[in-house]
Amino acid sequence: MQLFSDLVIPYTQFIDQHGKTTNEIPEKPYSPDLLREFYQWMVLTRQFDKKAIALQRTGQMGTYASTLGQESIGVGIGYAMENSDVFVPYYRDYATMLIRGVKMRELFQYWGGDERGSNYEDNKEDLPICVPIATQVTHACGIASAFKIRGEKRAVVVTCGDGATSKGDFLESINLAGAWQLPIVFVVNNNQWAISVPRSIQCAAPTLAQKAVGAGICGEQVDGNDVVATHHVVKTALDKARANKGPTLIEAISYRLCDHTTADDATRYRKTDEVNRAWDKEPIKRLQTYLHARSLWDEEQEKSLIVSCQANVEQAAQEYLAVAPQEPGAMFDHLYENLPYALEEQCEQAIAKTQRLRMGE
Amino acid sequence: MSDMTLLDAVNRALFFEMKHDENVVVLGEDVGVNGGVFRATSGLQQEFGVKRVMDTPLAEALISGLAVGMSTQGLRPVMEIQFMGFIFPALEHIICHAARMRNRTRGRLSCPLVLRAPYSGGIRAPEHHSESTEALLTHIPGLRVVVPSSPMRAYGLLLAAIRDPDPVIFLEPKRIYRAVNQPVTEGEALPLDMCFTLREGSDITLVSWGACIPDALAAATTLAAEHDISAEVIDAATLQPLDMETIQNSVAKTGRCVIIHEANKSHGVGAEIAAQLAEKSLLDLQAPICRVTGFDTVVPYFQNENSFLPDQHDIVQAVLKTINFS
Repeated sequence: MQLFSDLVIPYTQFIDQHGKTTNEIPEKPYSPDLLREFYQWMVLTRQFDKKAIALQRTGQMGTYASTLGQESIGVGIGYAMENSDVFVPYYRDYATMLIRGVKMRELFQYWGGDERGSNYEDNKEDLPICVPIATQVTHACGIASAFKIRGEKRAVVVTCGDGATSKGDFLESINLAGAWQLPIVFVVNNNQWAISVPRSIQCAAPTLAQKAVGAGICGEQVDGNDVVATHHVVKTALDKARANKGPTLIEAISYRLCDHTTADDATRYRKTDEVNRAWDKEPIKRLQTYLHARSLWDEEQEKSLIVSCQANVEQAAQEYLAVAPQEPGAMFDHLYENLPYALEEQCEQAIAKTQRLRMGE
Repeated sequence: MSDMTLLDAVNRALFFEMKHDENVVVLGEDVGVNGGVFRATSGLQQEFGVKRVMDTPLAEALISGLAVGMSTQGLRPVMEIQFMGFIFPALEHIICHAARMRNRTRGRLSCPLVLRAPYSGGIRAPEHHSESTEALLTHIPGLRVVVPSSPMRAYGLLLAAIRDPDPVIFLEPKRIYRAVNQPVTEGEALPLDMCFTLREGSDITLVSWGACIPDALAAATTLAAEHDISAEVIDAATLQPLDMETIQNSVAKTGRCVIIHEANKSHGVGAEIAAQLAEKSLLDLQAPICRVTGFDTVVPYFQNENSFLPDQHDIVQAVLKTINFS
């Protein structure tokens, strides 16, 4: 008989919701400069998010999935990864993507209905935003397998939401990662809501991290609103993965402070009280409090940071709005590497139609 | 190279390409130690090792998702789905990702993968082992769907599929896996996106693919010998994108067309060929286009399977009816 009654899922937190340390933050690598960088990226991400919603609300962009309240998870992952690692996102990972070289203008393009938004100028290998839930987790395992086949010391980070952990693709992937000992870190952004379905009816297990046990891999929880803790656990897991010591499943506890997307109205299914309580735990305020208390940050710095972030975001928005439309036959350009002759006639029709529609404007 | 079966040809093509391109890897259920349930991957793991020939857990969605991820890294994964009847969990990755990654990223990433699956009926197999659902895949933009009908074409087309920069679904008609022995030319690929005219004729065009090709060729022989009818036989081979030019040129010559496939009749590749002929070759036609196909039913269990599968007799009768149309 094998007993699992001593199952312990570790939980990591350094900074609590009041900005107080609950565990001593290691001096290395967490210098004041690094903590300020974490803070700056989180603020930039929030300003980006605000602008994206404004663009959508004013009809200048399509439906958008906000990352409000999850900036710390993204920054923690972004700083934990090496350039040579590969990031496989779901669709709220802007902080990580920006840190890894994706441009704000490209993200606006993506949500603005332009495929060119996933042709990242400065990031060649990360996968693009993935819409079908949990499918990206299997792709991440494929990339990790490629690293293993080639004997490269690289690792993959893949993200998904709490809802995705109910899907076969997620379970098949963590199972494989264990069986093949892949260099991969799974980060579940448990933001408590899968559109309108709460965590409580997604799964009966007290933690999502314990799904790792059935897969024979390590599983742990982290306070996803604590950027230092998130960075710490992801970096530790990545170092382990690159050293061929196995995959890790990290459940980052957060809260989706926003609607599911701009097409959603969360007031239909959750209470304002609950959202207000979640705001008390949000990631930016707590790090700000922590930095203020140690005189690592002041009002002047805050003001100038907001101004510069807003300017950057505004510039990116203007760049996005100024992008020329794609070529008239663009929908055929990358369907195959070379357009099969069978599609030439349709391609010509599409070009003519696009030209007709553009003339009409 | 010495004569070989279609199954051997698949195996030899995999050997050749794995030897000449270290990016080619093979993955699937039972493909390693066991060499595949039909032995199509036999000996590969012994030759190329467990890193390049991977026995996966029993999870079809995972296998295709892995191939998507691997291919974005420049590997050329050849994944096996053990039978086409088990392809469905894998399709989300093929349709939503493999077929679109190049388009989605404007060429930044692509998925040069091959999905191999034994398909079609006629081997007295259990339920879910005999379907021909190629039309589900030919409907998907961004994919290539290829069906060989002989050892030579299995070898040449599989090499081409692996070398192709885009995802290819390679459907192996298992009824003729061991039907004939034929020589192949080592390392030589055959062109994709092209029909093969297997027999020239002047009275009628027979278009088919996969396991129905031997039946179509036999019917053509019978028609010539017993009815003095000269039938041209075209192997469509790549079903998407479809080389209609070859078919249209043939119909321009013969004025008649019979399409033969094992798949259910309605909404299939045969319907697409007929529709395109109606659009582009109407005035060449001297008789209605005729389809000889499986019925629009679930494939019966094997006791009744032969009533479902088109055979040589059905083809001959359809041709006579088409020739005698007035």
